[in-house]
Amino acid sequence: MNSSFTEIYRQGKLRLQKWYVPLSDKEKKKITRELVQTVLARKPKMCSFLEWRDLKIVYKRYASLYFCCAIEDQDNELITLEIIHRYVELLDKYFGSVCELDIIFNFEKAYFILDEFLLGGEVQETSKKNVLKAIEQADLLQEPQEIES
Amino acid sequence: MPAVSKGDGMRGLAVFISDIRNCKSKEAEIKRINKELANIRSKFKGDKALDGYSKKKYVCKLLFIFLLGHDIDFGHMEAVNLLSSNKYTEKQIGYLFISVLVNSNSELIRLINNAIKNDLASRNPTFMCLALHCIANVGSREMGEAFAADIPRILVAGDSMDSVKQSAALCLLRLYKASPDLVPMGEWTARVVHLLNDQHMGVVTAAVSLITCLCKKNPDDFKTCISLAVSRLSRIVSSASTDLQDYTYYFVPAPWLSVKLLRLLQCYPPPEDAAVKGRLVECLETVLNKAQEPPKSKKVQHSNAKNAILFETISLIIHYDSEPNLLVRACNQLGQFLQHRETNLRYLALESMCTLASSEFSHEAVKTHIDTVINALKTERDVSVRQRAADLLYAMCDRSNAKQIVSEMLRYLETADYAIREEIVLKVAILAEKYAVDYSWYVDTILNLIRIAGDYVSEEVWYRVLQIVTNRDDVQGYAAKTVFEALQAPACHENMVKVGGYILGEFGNLIAGDPRSSPPVQFSLLHSKFHLCSVATRALLLSTYIKFINLFPETKATIQGVLRAGSQLRNADVELQQRAVEYLTLSSVASTDVLATVLEEMPPFPERESSILAKLKRKKGPGAGSALEDGRRDPSSHDINGGVEPTASTVSTPSPSADLLGLRAAPPPAAPPAPTGAGSLLVDVFSDGPAAQPSLGPTPEEAFLSELEPPAPESPMALLADPAPAADPGPEDIGPPIPEADELLNKFVCRNNGVLFENQLLQIGVKSEFRQNLGRMYLFYGNKTSVQFQNFSPTVVHPGDLQTQLAVQTKRVASQVDGGAQVQQVLNIECLRDFLTPPLLSVRFRYGGAPQSLTLKLPVTINKFFQPTEMAAQDFFQRWKQLSLPQQEAQKIFKANHPMDAEVTKAKLLGFGSALLDNVDPNPENFVGAGIIQTKALQVGCLLRLEPNAQAQMYRLTLRTSKEPVSRHLCELLAQQF
Repeated sequence: MNSSFTEIYRQGKLRLQKWYVPLSDKEKKKITRELVQTVLARKPKMCSFLEWRDLKIVYKRYASLYFCCAIEDQDNELITLEIIHRYVELLDKYFGSVCELDIIFNFEKAYFILDEFLLGGEVQETSKKNVLKAIEQADLLQEPQEIES
Repeated sequence: MPAVSKGDGMRGLAVFISDIRNCKSKEAEIKRINKELANIRSKFKGDKALDGYSKKKYVCKLLFIFLLGHDIDFGHMEAVNLLSSNKYTEKQIGYLFISVLVNSNSELIRLINNAIKNDLASRNPTFMCLALHCIANVGSREMGEAFAADIPRILVAGDSMDSVKQSAALCLLRLYKASPDLVPMGEWTARVVHLLNDQHMGVVTAAVSLITCLCKKNPDDFKTCISLAVSRLSRIVSSASTDLQDYTYYFVPAPWLSVKLLRLLQCYPPPEDAAVKGRLVECLETVLNKAQEPPKSKKVQHSNAKNAILFETISLIIHYDSEPNLLVRACNQLGQFLQHRETNLRYLALESMCTLASSEFSHEAVKTHIDTVINALKTERDVSVRQRAADLLYAMCDRSNAKQIVSEMLRYLETADYAIREEIVLKVAILAEKYAVDYSWYVDTILNLIRIAGDYVSEEVWYRVLQIVTNRDDVQGYAAKTVFEALQAPACHENMVKVGGYILGEFGNLIAGDPRSSPPVQFSLLHSKFHLCSVATRALLLSTYIKFINLFPETKATIQGVLRAGSQLRNADVELQQRAVEYLTLSSVASTDVLATVLEEMPPFPERESSILAKLKRKKGPGAGSALEDGRRDPSSHDINGGVEPTASTVSTPSPSADLLGLRAAPPPAAPPAPTGAGSLLVDVFSDGPAAQPSLGPTPEEAFLSELEPPAPESPMALLADPAPAADPGPEDIGPPIPEADELLNKFVCRNNGVLFENQLLQIGVKSEFRQNLGRMYLFYGNKTSVQFQNFSPTVVHPGDLQTQLAVQTKRVASQVDGGAQVQQVLNIECLRDFLTPPLLSVRFRYGGAPQSLTLKLPVTINKFFQPTEMAAQDFFQRWKQLSLPQQEAQKIFKANHPMDAEVTKAKLLGFGSALLDNVDPNPENFVGAGIIQTKALQVGCLLRLEPNAQAQMYRLTLRTSKEPVSRHLCELLAQQF
């Protein structure tokens, strides 16, 4: 599992992106645009995998959100599909019945959870308990907030 | 309103995000963002020191703005400040900002690296993990330089927490991928391998990825991982679904780890240790067995996880390619998936079967699924699945099913998605060529391709069909007939016009006997398409037209009319205009044999890899053509399907003969534009074609039939029929010259270079130069086959008295001529006295065990030793009178066999060797020439006069020399040329 990047979006609006290969911002934007068009054009019931440039795209739709990974030729498509699912489960468990707004308003949390689960494009920890333990530990460490003036 | 905000909700951030979401337009959003940016800028620049929380909040807002797609050019310093906060959430936001907005400012990098260093040294596992995540997320070379040496230490330290080890392993992997040179190998590598034994499944999961990457570069250093991976895999595979607790995913034990372990094993060949191998095979069998068990859950996650392991297992089985039993089982399993209701599984099964098809153990098993796959091609609703089906059909194709598969793919092409048409076209073209049993099927298939998907038939494809038709004379007539029929369709694709134009131009004569496809019909059919075509096609058609003038003289007037039309001669396109002008001139100034020579049938193309295959490879990346290149399935296919016949190397190598071709293609002064212009234009339809100039090989017969009179009674034939054996220097008797020897010889009377002889096996090229009574000749023997010639021995024989008249010294040549190779022989020639008969060239060799022999006339005639002599009119007439004895004069009146063109005639006379004298003959239409024939023993002065009579299409040629036989002989030689 060597995902080059992971993205989540709806209706072409990017909610979260994570890149595991060094690319310029311009290239990233171009790739994103191209990919969003490709994936949004797909009909339901179509296969979740497609060849794209020299990569394979694995995507899955949850409610209005598309989750999308680009993997290399040798990588396993089905297990990537379950990477997506496990990530959604992690979000769901953390936020409690996750919805799109959670990801918008707590985008930084979504990134932290992703970092605990995937690092450098590889699965780091597959245990739901362990991932969430790490995140919640951080939440416990938080200091009393000051009130915004 | 914001949704549940867990942890350290930042109210200001939530408000800002709400504002942005409430913006009705892009402009409003930009306005709101600019307001916020101004606010943050002023806060950062303000005198009042910001507290950590505010900094965190503003940095987070900047991050949000950046992720919306706006540029952020400040805030890095504040983010770096957050890194050194001892509050976890502030540090975390700081790291997130740094990871997302990587900056190359060196001062900043120094500060960031310092902060990371501190956190790595903090012994606080949470901080350490944050720092490692940051390194892994940035992954830059600078990061590598700063930390690549530290991380292995953290990874294998006994006291590192599990979570730190996990992050360290993947962080190191990222750095290694970015800059492998920075990661030092050392004693830690052995300890990394032993992480495969770690108690903590998460550590193993992370470590396997690292090992998989490292072992590709240093397989030997990591070899011990094989047995560790096998035993780990074995434990997982045989565990009950609940044993692994939280590492069980929908009743599947540790699917990610299993897949990674199977992936790691694919970096190595099958284990050498029999026990390890036995255990592994057991694992693989268990996975295959489990696939047959009823599912433990109806959830798709369960089946996906289970099948992910199954597919990775099958990949490993294919990788080993050594266990026929497992390969066939894998194939059967995939066969079940081919009809599964899950699209994803059908897709993957088709994909996986593609690789199985190339294994000798499973190729036959894969073939049994052909009907299912064809059905998938027809009925799958998802184009990417249909594409996999097409790939699989391509991979499983062999001689036994080629016709079925090609016809199914052709049928599919009619409705295929635009995105994959070109690829299907390439595949069909390749299969049709590779598995063609007869070439008419191949031609039909390609023409069908053009008919069905003309737009997607690339140049490579239609070039290829022309190459094959050109090289295989058994299919030329069929191709001409078929393409002629195809062109009759009211709307046919332009590519069809190109192929049709080319083939009819080359081989239209083969169907010209049928009144339905008589030359005028062929021409008007092609010309009816002309105006609808692009410039490139029209240019090609113009070339076809000039070839028609050569092939079918009866079309000349019509075609010249077309060429002469203003729309051609004054065409705005310079290429078309040039062709029209040149072809028109060529057709009117060149004699029929010049025309026939220039427009010779194209020589065979050299054997080479199909350019289509190369294109498919380019399209699909390396390995795409592997199924085809694999000769294993079809070892015998090469003779017929290797593609094209080999050709003489004269046309493809930059050997002296290339020079030769260049020379003989140099325009005779008579028709300067013709050969160069036509030569380059005629062949430029094959931009990568081998022949830069049309070959001068065997001139089409019709050109000669009209030219040659029956052998004159005094022709050298009589002499040669009775060669004096004693005069033969060769060790064996040689056969009589081949019947065409005189024709071939005649071609060289007025020129010194060209192709002397050519048949299926051999091409003989000549290049020669003469000065005074000496000459040097280079003979180039080209082996046109792919088989070595043995006992190759060319010898020069002097029949009759010739030995006393002409001395020919030959150098020996190698007795073996490799397939496709060319050898050169140098002949030094000295003319001792005047002679009448040319020496004979006898070529003997063994080809495939069969003796071959061939006798030709060496193109050395007495006129080669001419030295042109300039003289004034007065001198000429004086000498003319001196040579007035009847026996000194030879005269011949004969009919013109070629168009009577003054320029061509001049060129021939100059080629013959005499000087041309202007202003001598009172009649300017006449030609007079003078020269001296140089021999060692004597010199023979020669005067000649040629009087053309355009009305009667006759010539009168008069030769006067001091020696009677020379006059007669020169007169005979020269009269044949007009």
